[in-house]
Amino acid sequence: MTTIDPDTTADDTVEAPPVDPNAVNITVNGVPHVARKGQLVIEAAADAGEYIPRFCYHERMTSVGKCRMCLVECDTGRGPAVTVSCMVPVAPDMKVDTQSETTKRMQEGVLELLLANHPLDCPVCDKGGECPLQDQTLSNGPGESRYVEEKRHYEKPIAISDIVLLDRERCILCDRCTRFADEVAGDPLIHFNGRGNNTHITTYPDEPFSSYFSGNTVQICPVGALTAKPYRFKARPWDLSQQESTCTTCAVGCRTVVQSSRDEVLRYMGVDSEPVNHGWLCDRGRFNFESVKSPDRVLQPLVRDGDQLQPSSWNAALAAAAALITEATAAGGANSIAVLGGARGSNEDAFAWARLGHEVIGTPNVYAQMGDGLPAGLLGQPRATIDQAAHAATIVLLGPDLKEELPVLYLRLREAAEKRWSRIIEFTPKRTGLSPYAWRTIGYEPGTQVAAVQQALADPAIAAQIASGDVVVVAGRANLAESSAATVAALRELLAAVPSALVLPAFRRGNVVGALQVGMRPRPGGLDTRSTLQAAADGKIECLVLVGADPLADFPDTDLARRGLAGARRIIAVDSFLTASSSLAHVVLAASAYTEKSGTTTNIEGRVSTLARQVTPAGNSRADWMIAGELALALGGDLGYDTVDDITADIATLVDGYAEVTIEALAASTDGVVAGVPSAIDPMNVVPVDLPDRNAYDFRLVVSRTMYDQATGTANSPSLAHLPRGSAVHLHPLDIERVGTTAGTEVKVIGPRATVVFAVVADESVLRGTAWVPFNNPGPNVGDLIDCFAAVNDVRIENI
Amino acid sequence: MSRLNEANVILAKEIIGRYPKARSATIPLLHLSQQQNGYITSEAMVHIGELVGATSAEILGTATFYEMFKFEPVGKYLVNICGTMSCQLLGADELMHHAEARLGVKAGGTTADGLFTLEHAECQAACTEAPNMQVNYRHCHRMTTAAFDQLIDDLAAGRLDGEIPPHGTLARVRQQIPADKAAGVASLDAPAQPAWMPAPEATS
Repeated sequence: MTTIDPDTTADDTVEAPPVDPNAVNITVNGVPHVARKGQLVIEAAADAGEYIPRFCYHERMTSVGKCRMCLVECDTGRGPAVTVSCMVPVAPDMKVDTQSETTKRMQEGVLELLLANHPLDCPVCDKGGECPLQDQTLSNGPGESRYVEEKRHYEKPIAISDIVLLDRERCILCDRCTRFADEVAGDPLIHFNGRGNNTHITTYPDEPFSSYFSGNTVQICPVGALTAKPYRFKARPWDLSQQESTCTTCAVGCRTVVQSSRDEVLRYMGVDSEPVNHGWLCDRGRFNFESVKSPDRVLQPLVRDGDQLQPSSWNAALAAAAALITEATAAGGANSIAVLGGARGSNEDAFAWARLGHEVIGTPNVYAQMGDGLPAGLLGQPRATIDQAAHAATIVLLGPDLKEELPVLYLRLREAAEKRWSRIIEFTPKRTGLSPYAWRTIGYEPGTQVAAVQQALADPAIAAQIASGDVVVVAGRANLAESSAATVAALRELLAAVPSALVLPAFRRGNVVGALQVGMRPRPGGLDTRSTLQAAADGKIECLVLVGADPLADFPDTDLARRGLAGARRIIAVDSFLTASSSLAHVVLAASAYTEKSGTTTNIEGRVSTLARQVTPAGNSRADWMIAGELALALGGDLGYDTVDDITADIATLVDGYAEVTIEALAASTDGVVAGVPSAIDPMNVVPVDLPDRNAYDFRLVVSRTMYDQATGTANSPSLAHLPRGSAVHLHPLDIERVGTTAGTEVKVIGPRATVVFAVVADESVLRGTAWVPFNNPGPNVGDLIDCFAAVNDVRIENI
Repeated sequence: MSRLNEANVILAKEIIGRYPKARSATIPLLHLSQQQNGYITSEAMVHIGELVGATSAEILGTATFYEMFKFEPVGKYLVNICGTMSCQLLGADELMHHAEARLGVKAGGTTADGLFTLEHAECQAACTEAPNMQVNYRHCHRMTTAAFDQLIDDLAAGRLDGEIPPHGTLARVRQQIPADKAAGVASLDAPAQPAWMPAPEATS
């Protein structure tokens, strides 16, 4: 909004302020208003306080002028003319009239026509109560319809994907969902079909709308045509209570609204946060609320009795946990205790657990990562915000497939490339979701990142592109089947060549950045996850504390995770579910889940935003920070926290970079507060990579995550649980021929440690000479083939 | 099986080369596939999507907008009888009834021998020649029931093969565009707007 307030701009002592070249003077309903050059009338009127009704117009997508609801009268000196306000930019001295008789009559006419074929099933429609068509019919529509003929009929809801259903009778053909699919998500799998009165939205037969972002179409549908399975017939909008929160499914930190009814979470909606998600959410983040109310939640503390985990009281369980820690300290000293995890919770949870581990227990072995990211030192690099990345002249990707791991960041960077603000240079061991939009995609065989980067930097075209403006490097772990050393070295190489480059760390897990920054990282001499598990396997860990960590599922080297958990003498788990790892624990402390606890979270750019407590924690579960506080008391320490706000305040005082993240600042800003880059984080050391030669018949293994896998939140959400694509070995079609097999048949994948049988999938996105297997997917476990101490992992593929 | 055949794939690639953006060739390729099979098959739409870089849903959506693309088999001869005002006043209804009786199918149907598809049509822009009808979009003026029977007999006997090609035939002489006159494929880095639009003003 650019209204110029005469009191603040007119200054008699100096010359008149320079004329703003972008200001356009218009009047809206007779009231003068200063609009921006190029601004659409519908937006300028909104700035001036006049809401023009609309269905098809959406501020995050191209205007199409399809619904005609936003017709108003505009006079540019030639007399009032009927104008589609979402298509026409403001002009100097334009007189906009949103209230005239003609405007009113036109809007009534448009609504009468839209309603001609719209079924009057509002009482059973999920949109009823929050429906723009319903609302605007009330505010702008005619009182009655003259249409008495039979309405158009279609088969009532048809499933256009596993999650989304389409009721074509209700559709008003506004082009929002199809535009979203095409422009924003890049998955134009739904389209207008037919013509005239027969126009309707469809997918291609047998080709569902399987976009990772399909849920957004349900949110932006201005009628009840698109509904999502998890919410259908669950509640009426007026029964919902809601709070703004932040999604912690991945580390992008999309702003959401959590809606519940009768103490049950029923829906998440995206909130338009300018610096982060622009209102969009991925389907995994949008629909995994189902796991919160899963019947499989751990509802009370459990204590092991022989082979069984028996329900227990909190007092008994905390006493048992404290006893395990005391015994462990007595047996092997504090250094024999390790705390893994903490990325699932809030900053406050992580801070309390970091203090419990480091101060009360006194161990340096605390780590929030599961051996599947880059070293925490990445957070010490000059950090880019998501906005800086999405507006950089050059975006260099040296990390995972963002579409799979940080989906909304993918949307932001895709938009940057599609709108030609930025060029993407991508280094990757496998073509990614962003490859079609990248200016250059440079494939590398695992372990050879440094050479790939050096070679690219020597290319004059790439060098010129990098020199043309600001550079942001999105850095992360692209391959779980190789050590992070080569990626770190390649990143160092890039940063040495482009010293002004900023880094956006592509850490994946919900609050891993927050957990690492507030202290869940090893103190000097402490062990990281890999060393912890190795030490445990060697019998040197007396007590292992898993704070929402599931090494058996998430640590790339399953064999080491298995040996580590078997070798740890005592295991305490703080978890919401009995996972493969937590079910091995001696004591399980029931943790409350997302939406059941308040606090703050930190996203990849360091933005701290709030989490809402919208429902009562399931059963007797408690927030992680409370458990840490109680456990500290049981161990004779005291963290001194009574409320979560005490911890937020303590983080602002004590944590490097969080000085400005005060409760007041968080309350004042809807977009959160960006924390500073920690100064005292361990340096990101380059470890020399000893790359073995690849045997000509071997395949170098590439393992990465997919959006839907067997993660706890996905597996316990019935709408998502069946969506993982399943474990299989993906090979380039020419390599399939070379192996002498065919797609669909099963082959033996032979590593130095194990042989695993996978089905073969032909996949042109896989580089020749490499084999890609999705991680943690249903089916044979690829983790058995990964040696986390090896620079790279080679496998042989044989027919059975 | 009903994808574009080898010869047509070569032709398709040549057609795509005439446009700055591959997906501009969607409609010509739909015509090509209709010429090949007499109608547009599902497989052909998937194939065209692959060729022009669009999803099958986009091809289907584009194709279904147009009345002249058929998605189910039609006869060798598509008979469209105009039923709009001038023709109706001058006996289109009687002509349609007669045609239905003569061909043994209702409007919209195809004869068992696969030779004729009968359709009702809206105004064919020949009101001065009413009642008008078309066979494979060739006009037949001032039709009478007798003329209709004669026409059907002639078509069935193959006496009009030279004048009226089978349904789907777009042109018997294919347009030849020299390679140097083709627009060529636009650079991926070019601004995302039609080539004929002036370059946007340089922003300071």
